Amino acid sequence: MTKPRTIIEKIWDAHVVNEQPGAPALLYIDLHLVHEVTSPQAFQGLRERGIKVRRPDLTVATADHSIPTTDRSLPILDNIGKFQLDELDRNCRDFGVRCYGIHSDKQGIVHVIGPELGLTQPGMTVVCGDSHTATHGAFGALAFGIGTSQVEHVLATQCLLQRKSKTFQVRVDGALKPGVTAKDIILGLIAKIGIGGGTGCVFEYTGSAIRALGMEQRMTVCNMSIEGGARAGLIAPDDLTFQYLHGRPHAPKGAAWESAVARWKQLATDAGASYDREVSIDADQLEPMITYGTNPGMGVAINAPLPDPSQIADPAQRESMIQALRYMDLEGGKPLLGRPVNVVFIGSCTNSRISDLRSAASILKGRKVNPNVRVMVVPGSQAVKREAEAEGLPEIFRAAGCDWREPGCSMCIAMNGDQLEPGQYSVSTSNRNFEGRQGKGGRTFLASPLTAAAAALTGVVTDVRTLL
Amino acid sequence: MKPFTNFSSRMVVLPVNNIDTDQIIPARFLKITTKEGLDKHLFQDWRYDESGQPKPDFVLNLPRARGCEILLAGDNFGCGSSREHAPWALTQFGFRAVISTSFADIFRGNSLKNSLLPITIPAEAHAELLAAVAKDPEAQVAVDLPAQKLTLPNGRAVEFPIDEFSKHCLIEGVDELGYILKREAAIREFEMRHDPGIDTLAG
Repeated sequence: MTKPRTIIEKIWDAHVVNEQPGAPALLYIDLHLVHEVTSPQAFQGLRERGIKVRRPDLTVATADHSIPTTDRSLPILDNIGKFQLDELDRNCRDFGVRCYGIHSDKQGIVHVIGPELGLTQPGMTVVCGDSHTATHGAFGALAFGIGTSQVEHVLATQCLLQRKSKTFQVRVDGALKPGVTAKDIILGLIAKIGIGGGTGCVFEYTGSAIRALGMEQRMTVCNMSIEGGARAGLIAPDDLTFQYLHGRPHAPKGAAWESAVARWKQLATDAGASYDREVSIDADQLEPMITYGTNPGMGVAINAPLPDPSQIADPAQRESMIQALRYMDLEGGKPLLGRPVNVVFIGSCTNSRISDLRSAASILKGRKVNPNVRVMVVPGSQAVKREAEAEGLPEIFRAAGCDWREPGCSMCIAMNGDQLEPGQYSVSTSNRNFEGRQGKGGRTFLASPLTAAAAALTGVVTDVRTLL
Repeated sequence: MKPFTNFSSRMVVLPVNNIDTDQIIPARFLKITTKEGLDKHLFQDWRYDESGQPKPDFVLNLPRARGCEILLAGDNFGCGSSREHAPWALTQFGFRAVISTSFADIFRGNSLKNSLLPITIPAEAHAELLAAVAKDPEAQVAVDLPAQKLTLPNGRAVEFPIDEFSKHCLIEGVDELGYILKREAAIREFEMRHDPGIDTLAG
């Protein structure tokens, strides 16, 4: 009898090209996603060596990080950003790679368009020069972020030298209470294990609360695996996964669909397989979460007081907490509720899909945002934008006083001019609250689309359950 | 890649835990399409004030930072984004090694591909090193990669882990892509029996 394996090991085993003693395994990559920021130096490397992209048919590019989210018919004012976008077009043209550029109707955040085009499929290996590539793990794919050298390796050979990660089961059982979402699960996990807690590991999310999530919510959970230190995080595919994929442009068709589903059904972790590490979370106990500090592990239940540094025994941890609170200009021991905010950002590869926008709109419908708050709603892709328009969501957002914009990473990474002013506070549905992440001197509270929408209405950090 | 040779150096000390790549090189400097000029923006927002002037008390701005080839940092160094601009900026500034108790996975991999050695040492040795530099900012450590040994200022040698392959690539200056390209036959053979099942160029 063969040894029971986790889904992580099954995907790994199916992609090892070969292994030589004393070297990492050579791992085959099924899908390579490319964007403008981490690829130019890799394409340049290919030019210098005089080699081609080995599998343009397994490679796809889009522009997301540095593109403006303003009217696309306007010229791009940022010359350096424009040059980078032009370089992506030129590189893709020269190397025969499909590029959904700034004027494409399929443009969007790379981790939004992969799934929506049906490119991301169960059992695949997926890479991108972006740490949030784990998003694609929601489909039962082994998906992880790589640096630019490795982008070049994959462009040239479709392979990576890779070492097997440890397996880490994150079990979430129970049922979420009203007002508690997928975002709160992942923020709760990271608060529990810390931002280095999953270093060297791949998460497999299991349990009844994970099974109960829709595909877009599963993407939200997997997306932030890296914020817990894990390069990848995945969820075994099930009927919901297959329903989502069925009929998507790049999903298998006809007889190929049937055989693909049969194959995908074999991916789930075998009974009796063991993990290197495990953690459990009780979904019933979760509250809406919010971060208060300068890394995603610094999160609390929205109605809980912030940690008091004087109560932290470890000197290094205490110092980190003091510095974070100083940067955020917050006081330990007090709750965040009622804290005024300047900006609300609804978007990013974590929370910019149609269900995220519907979730925010459900709170904002028929209400007005607080006049002191600037609210930006940035759909994850052109397809999401069209779907939202067909449902009348932009009208709800605009009537409430929000700014409805063009798709891109926007204020999650603040490369394109969408940014906080020094000292401003945002409630953001994105994934990172590092110092200056949303603009130099800006201060970020990470939360769900529901919590973000609540803050937009009241102008202060608010428990959304008071508005449901 | 330039072969990695043994060296001794003074250290720049930044004893902050969880230094993320957004601090090492903020995203607004990632709009370049080459690798050059990133050293100017290394730790930009910690290093310069509102008017763009160097903050005199920030460690990289101290005269003794000049010529330092080692950064001594806190736990979980390099967490966050996958930007390889972080090791590019560090090596352009002159660093050849970073010492910490732990490193984030992607940063560690990116560093090894750029001749930047991530040296992981136990917490007690890390504390000892911090104390030694606090006492004598001119204190030096010696890095011996073949022996996987870091010699502290008091002469005590601390072993650090590194996998054999990465060590070999650093010491010999192996071009990793060249190494993968040599396995073309194995890749071709794998492709005969493995169908990813998509065509991004279709439709």
